[in-house]
Amino acid sequence: MELIKKYPKLFQWFFLLIVFFALCFSIDVPETYKFIRGQAEFVKDPNQSSFVFLGKEVRYYAFDVFWRLPPLLGWLPIWINDSLFFLMNEWMPIEFWNEDTQEFRTRPLVLQISRNLTAFMTFLIELIREILLGGLETIVAFTSWDWIDKNPWAELPGLPWTIVAAGSAILAYKLSGKGLALFAGLVMVYISIFGQWKPSMQTLSFILVAAPLSFIFGLGLGIAAFKSKRVEKALYPILLVMQTMPQYAVLVPALVLFGVGDHAAVIITMVVAVPPMILLTILGLRAIPPEVIEAGRMSGCNNWQLMFKVLIPTARRDILIGVNQVIMVCFSMAVISAFIGAKGLGFNLLLALNQLNIGLALEAGLCISLIAILLDKMSLAWANKQTDYFGNLTFYQRNKNILFFAATVIIGILLAYVGTFLFKGSYNYLFEVPHNKGISTADFWNKGVDWIFDTFFVYIKAFNTWLIQDVLQPMRALYLRMPVVATLVLVVGAGYLIGGIRSALVVCGLTLFIALSPWWDRALVTAYMATFGVIVSCLIGFTVGTLCFQNKHSASFMLGVCDIFQTFPSFVYLIPVMMLFGITDTSVLIAVIVYATIPATRYTIEGLRSVPVGLHDAATMSGVNKFQRLTKIEFPLAFPHMMLGLNQTIVFALFMVIIGAFIGTEDLGQYILKALSDKKGAGIGFTLGICVAFIGLIFDNLIRTWVEKRKKHLGIN
Amino acid sequence: MSKPVIKCEAVYKIFGENAKKMLQDSNGNVDAKTFQENGCIVGVNNASFEVSKGEMLVVMGLSGSGKSTLLRCISRLTDATGGKIFIEGQDLLQLKNKELIELRRNKMGMVFQSFALLPHKTVVENIAFPLQIKGIKTEDSISKAMDMVKLVGLDGRENYFPRELSGGQQQRVGIARSLAVEPDIWFLDEPFSALDPLIRKEMQDEFLRLQDKLQKTIMFITHDFDEALKLADRIAIMKDGIIEQLDTPANIVLNPATEYVRKFTEEVPREKVLLIEDVMESSTTDNLGDLKVLKNEIIENVAEKILTQEKSVAVIDNNNKIVGSINPTKIINTVFGGRKNNN
Repeated sequence: MELIKKYPKLFQWFFLLIVFFALCFSIDVPETYKFIRGQAEFVKDPNQSSFVFLGKEVRYYAFDVFWRLPPLLGWLPIWINDSLFFLMNEWMPIEFWNEDTQEFRTRPLVLQISRNLTAFMTFLIELIREILLGGLETIVAFTSWDWIDKNPWAELPGLPWTIVAAGSAILAYKLSGKGLALFAGLVMVYISIFGQWKPSMQTLSFILVAAPLSFIFGLGLGIAAFKSKRVEKALYPILLVMQTMPQYAVLVPALVLFGVGDHAAVIITMVVAVPPMILLTILGLRAIPPEVIEAGRMSGCNNWQLMFKVLIPTARRDILIGVNQVIMVCFSMAVISAFIGAKGLGFNLLLALNQLNIGLALEAGLCISLIAILLDKMSLAWANKQTDYFGNLTFYQRNKNILFFAATVIIGILLAYVGTFLFKGSYNYLFEVPHNKGISTADFWNKGVDWIFDTFFVYIKAFNTWLIQDVLQPMRALYLRMPVVATLVLVVGAGYLIGGIRSALVVCGLTLFIALSPWWDRALVTAYMATFGVIVSCLIGFTVGTLCFQNKHSASFMLGVCDIFQTFPSFVYLIPVMMLFGITDTSVLIAVIVYATIPATRYTIEGLRSVPVGLHDAATMSGVNKFQRLTKIEFPLAFPHMMLGLNQTIVFALFMVIIGAFIGTEDLGQYILKALSDKKGAGIGFTLGICVAFIGLIFDNLIRTWVEKRKKHLGIN
Repeated sequence: MSKPVIKCEAVYKIFGENAKKMLQDSNGNVDAKTFQENGCIVGVNNASFEVSKGEMLVVMGLSGSGKSTLLRCISRLTDATGGKIFIEGQDLLQLKNKELIELRRNKMGMVFQSFALLPHKTVVENIAFPLQIKGIKTEDSISKAMDMVKLVGLDGRENYFPRELSGGQQQRVGIARSLAVEPDIWFLDEPFSALDPLIRKEMQDEFLRLQDKLQKTIMFITHDFDEALKLADRIAIMKDGIIEQLDTPANIVLNPATEYVRKFTEEVPREKVLLIEDVMESSTTDNLGDLKVLKNEIIENVAEKILTQEKSVAVIDNNNKIVGSINPTKIINTVFGGRKNNN
C-alpha cells in the first residue's frame, strides 16, 4: 500500500499490463483464423461473411470480435477507387477545344485539368532537361515537327558536362568557399567519368522543376497559415499525416490521376515536399521578435510591405532551411518515383536492383548519395550565408562569379568543339560521356560480392537462420497472437495514463481505423518489424550517442556523420544489405536499423548537449564523478529530447519497413507495392498509406504529449 | 493654451475574449480581480492624460504595470478596448487603416527596447527604411538617412550590418530610424533598458542633447525611476494598469500621492533631483545675505555655498530678478529631514 501511494503512476502502468496480458491469455485463437483475411480484391469463399455499405460489398472472414474486428472499413478503398474513377471519367463533362483535331471535344473536367497540368509539367521538365542534355521537344512545342525538319539548327544542343561541372563549382564557391567548390567539381567529374551523366541530369532537371514549385506553394500556404488561424487549423492535420505517411504510398493515387512518368512524379513530389516548407515558413515567421513587426508597422508599412520587406527577409534563414528540406525531399522522391516511371538515377538503381546487379546498383547509389550530400551542403550554405555589403565594390568584384561562369561557358563550348575533331568517329567525351562508355566498377563490385558470399556464406547464413528462427519468428508470432481487444486496451490505457482522456480518444480513433481496415494483421507485422528495428536502433543510438558525447570532437564528428547519412534517400540503404544478406527479412531489418539509428544517435547527442552549462558546473562543484553526472544530471534532463529522438526513430523505421517491401516482406508495404501495379490500386494504396501514417501518429501523439508534460515539469523549453 | 498633441480620455485595454462586453457591463468601474476571474487581464485601467507640444512625458512602472501596453494603445499597435485617444485633435481609434498608415509615415516615430533592426539591411538602409516605405526615391532617402547617421554619431559605420554593432550603437540606429521621417511625436519604449549602465548613461545624455535640439513631443517608457527623474518634464507612475500619480519629478519626490509612489521616492537622493525653486519660499524678506542663487540650479550644486551662510539666501531667475528666498535650514531639512517623517 505504501508503495502504491508513493508511486501511483507506476502502479497504474503495472495494472494496465496485467489487464493486457490477462486479455491476451484469456482470448483464444479462433479455429477459422487465417493470416490472410478478406481484402478489397475478393476471392469468393463460402466461409466468408459479407456486408454492404454505400453500395459496396465487403467480404471477410468472420471472427470473434474480441480476436479481430470485422473489416468495416473495407468499403473505403473501393469507394475511393470508384469516386476517383467517377471524377476522372464522368463528373462534369465540359466541351474543350482540341488543338490537334481542331474541334470541340467533350471531356470530364477533372480529366481535362489533369491532362493540362500534365502537359504543363511535361513541358517544364522537357525544357530544363533539354537545356542540360539537348533535344528538340521544347522547340517543337512552340512550332511543329515540320518546322524543325526544315530548320535543324534550332535543336537545343545541350550543355557540355564541363560547363555544368564548372558552373556548380562556381556556385558552390559563391555560397560557401573553396572547400565546397572543390567537392562540387569532383562530384560532377565523378558523375561524368563514370557515365552517369545523363540519368543524373534527368534527376537534376526533375528537382529543378519540383523544388521551385514546391517552394512557392509552401511559402504561400505557410504565409496564409501564419496570417489566419483558420487556415492553420485546417492545414494542421494534413501536415501531421503527411509527415508520417511513407512517400512510397503517395505514389499510388498519382498513378491514377496523372498516369506514369516524370510529370506525375513531379506533381506528387510537390504534395510531399510542400508540407515541410509550410511548417518551416510558419516556424520562421513565428520566431520573428514582435518588436520587429511593430517596428515595421510604425515605419508605416502596409500589409504587403510588412510581409515582403520585413517579415520574410527577417525569417530568411528558416525559410531557406525550408528550401533545403524541399530540395532533399524532392531528391528522395526523384529516386523513389522510379516506381512510377520517372527517369533518372532512381530508375537505373531500380533496374540494377531488379536484375540483382549489385555492382551497377552500388554505382548508381554512390552517385545518388554524392549528389544528395552536394545538394544538402549547398542549400545549407545558402541558408547560413549572410548578406554582405557590396555597394563599395568594383564592377569586377561584384560580378566576378558571373564573369567566371561566362568564361567557362565559352571555354566549355570551345572544348566540346575541339572534341569533335579529337574523337572523330567515336563519342565526344568532352561533350558527354555516354551511359555505357564511362569507367565502370560494376564488375569489381560484383566480384567482391561474390567473394564475400563465397568466403562468409556459412557465417552469414548461420546468422541469418538464427535471427529468423530464434528471434524474428517468435516475435512475429507473439505480435500476431495479440487479440485486438488487448491491443486496444493497451494503447488506449497508455494514452489515458500519459495524456488524459483527450490523448486516449485520439489514440483510440487512430487504432480503430487500422483495426477496422482489412489489414490489421499486416499492420501487426509492420509493427513487429518496426519494433524490432526501433529497439535495436535505440540501443545502438543511445550507446553511441552517449559515448561520443564524452568528447567534444567525437560528438561533432558523429553529428556530421548523421547529417551525411540522413541526406541519402532511404532507398539507397537497401543496396548494401542486399549485397550481404540477399533477399530476406534480415536485409530489411538491417536497413531499418541502420537508417533508424541516425535519429536515435543525433537526438541523444543533442539532448545531452542541451543540458545547461551552469548545471554541469554546479554538479561538478558538488563533487560528482563523470558517471554520476551522467546518470543523475545529464540523463534526466536530456531524456525528453531523447524521447523526441525515439519518435523520429519510429517514423524512420516505419518508412524503411515499408520500402523494404521491395525486397519482399509480408507487411503493409507489400500491399502498397502491389497496389502500384494494380489498375484499381489507388484506393488500396492510399488507405494503406494512411494506416502506416496512423501507426506513426499513435506513437507520435503519446511521445509528444509525454515530452511536453515532462518538459513543463522540468521547466525546460 | 495650445491644443495637446496627445490626449487620452479614460483609455482601457483589457485582454481576453469578452473584454469589450465586460468593460461595457462594468460601467467604467474596472476591478482587475473580478476581470481576472472571468479570464480577462487588465492591461490599462482608465488612463486619462494629455501631453502638450514639446513636452516629455515619462511613463514609469515595473514590469507588468501596463506601461508598454499604454504606449501601444497610443501608437495603435494594439486597439484600445475603451476610451478615446486624440492625436493632434484626430480621433485615433476612428482612423481607417490607410489614414493610420499615413499618420505613422509622417507623424510618429518609435524606438524599441530590443532595437528591432532589420537584420538584412545595413545601418543606412535601416534608417532609410521608413522613408523608402513612404515611396521616397532611393537616392533621396539614403542621403537623408546619412544626415541621420551623422546626427547620432555613427558616421563611418553606415555600411555595417546590425550584427556587427554593439548594443549602444544598434540603439543609435534605432533612434535614427525613428527620427528619419521627422516625426512630431516620438515614442520610446524602454530604449536604454537593454544596455550596460555606463552606455545607458551616455545614451541618456545623448538623448537629452538630441531633444534639446529637436523639441519633439515625447512619450518615454522606462522601469528605471532614476532615468525617469533625469529625463522627464512630467512622470506618470503606473501600477497594475492604473496611473498612480502624474506630476513633475519634484512634486512626485516631495509629495508622493500613494504609498506605492512613496516607496520609489524613498531612496532618491533629493539634492540631486530637486531644484532650488522646488523648495524655496516665494515670499522674500529683507534680511537676505549677499549670496544669490539661480532658481533652476540643482540643490546639490549650490548646497555647500548656501550652508556656509547664516542668513537666508536670495533666489533669482535668469533675468537676475529676485523671486524668492531660501534658508540654510530648509536645505538641511530637505536633504536629511524629509525621510524621517515618512517612516
